[in-house]
Amino acid sequence: MEPSDAPRRPAPIVTDDSAVFWDAAAEGRLVAQRCAGCGRLRHPPRPMCPQCHSLAVEVARLSGRGTVYSYAVLHHPQNPAFDYPLLAVLVDLEEGVRLVSNLTGTDTGDVRIGMPVEAHFVATAGGATIPVFRPAASA
Amino acid sequence: MTGAAAIVGVGCTEFSRRAGRTELQLACEAIDAALLDAGLRPVDVDGIVSYTVDPVEETELVRSVGFEQIGFSSRIPYGGGGSMGVLQHASAAVASGTADVVVAYRAIRARSGASRFGAAKTAPSPTSGHSGTTAMQWCMPFGVLTPASWMAFNSVRYMHEFGVTSADIGRAVVQLRAYAATNPAAWGYERPITLDDHQSSRWIVEPCIHLLDCCQETDGSVALVITSTERAQDLPQPSVHIAAAATAGLFEQEIASDHYRPDLSVMEGSVALARRLFDDHGFRREDVDVALIYDAFSPILLMQLEALGFCGFGEAKDFIADGNLGPDGSLPCNTNGGLIGEGYIHGLNLVLEATRQLRGTAANQIGGARTALVSASRTGAILTVD
Repeated sequence: MEPSDAPRRPAPIVTDDSAVFWDAAAEGRLVAQRCAGCGRLRHPPRPMCPQCHSLAVEVARLSGRGTVYSYAVLHHPQNPAFDYPLLAVLVDLEEGVRLVSNLTGTDTGDVRIGMPVEAHFVATAGGATIPVFRPAASA
Repeated sequence: MTGAAAIVGVGCTEFSRRAGRTELQLACEAIDAALLDAGLRPVDVDGIVSYTVDPVEETELVRSVGFEQIGFSSRIPYGGGGSMGVLQHASAAVASGTADVVVAYRAIRARSGASRFGAAKTAPSPTSGHSGTTAMQWCMPFGVLTPASWMAFNSVRYMHEFGVTSADIGRAVVQLRAYAATNPAAWGYERPITLDDHQSSRWIVEPCIHLLDCCQETDGSVALVITSTERAQDLPQPSVHIAAAATAGLFEQEIASDHYRPDLSVMEGSVALARRLFDDHGFRREDVDVALIYDAFSPILLMQLEALGFCGFGEAKDFIADGNLGPDGSLPCNTNGGLIGEGYIHGLNLVLEATRQLRGTAANQIGGARTALVSASRTGAILTVD
């Protein structure tokens, strides 16, 4: 692959607290923490359950299906790692978790709050993959 | 925290796009001016307060200004949303006897510094990286790299919920720029805009933020001197009392965004802040003669007007269209031009303007102003003069 074709999107900054999400994403899986004490899902990851203070955590696989809670069509300023206008979205997943991500496969003028979307994965620089969304096939 | 402390001195540098000197020097100049204004000397100061993101280190500041007996120092988190927290910390320190004279400062080179404040960044900066927080960690891989983009999701959801248009928001900007046009210290001095100018300026984030909806990236510094109301009586300037000061820190709040809070169409931090400032201290909204509200981007000015209770939810667009933010309106607002029209000293220039209004020395003086609100999303204060 020519360098100009390599993924430009920056790799996520992974910390010990966040690795649970990004490590799974690098393997093409969308996950969230689930508290082993009270069963609540949470995102972004954190070491303690804010409801029951349990430190015991499980990893829950998510369906990747959700709806657009809000969006933003980014024009300026631009960073060479991305193509513009760039469609950013907040997605409410059906399990009750919200993600910041991108919407691909649609014109920026066609995005709507409430539209059904589904996750897929794209490559970043450095060999990671991260979850982004496209309009749901059934939509 | 009520009524124990007063602002007795204010100082600033010029506001520019290229200061040509360090943040440390800018802070020194603003503090020197503020102490001169207060009739106090560095040896009188025993407390210093700033923002966690301010690049001026206490060690260098103390040895540059010549402070000799610092017994209290603190910094406020949450970026500009924490800006009015300096008033809460300073007044709490004074009220508790922890400090007698506190200097609050912010020095910034938002335009000419190592990286422009609104630039698209993919690596943490040394002073405001937030590498462990949502901004870098959860937004960066998706190209959500700027304050405008962090703040856009709530703005778009707000516009969706309440049927607000960009032109509705633009009417607020036209008023801000009208104030700036007659404020010689403002970036927008003698340069008012029309709604057409606003609407034809390029998109930064569609459909909520045009270029003219954005605050400036400014170089400069503002400093405040705060002491007890008793000591203030012996000082040359009219006392500007910190009658109420509060922080409203809610679950899942972030810096310039609250992406994971359930309802982004309402600035719930400002709702809670208003309850603490007004209800807990016996103030009414109609007591406010002039309001200085953090306008990093204009959509959040509308959202805060509603959250603070100056109009109903979804009604800010009508409140603004009716002229209420103007000099003859019910709530003259951001009379210096705001962060959009005057400049962006990360919110602290709004306190400077409030103080000048209450002293009767503002460029766009509101006649008889006795009570001012300063607020920035999650922090705020009510200031009064006798």
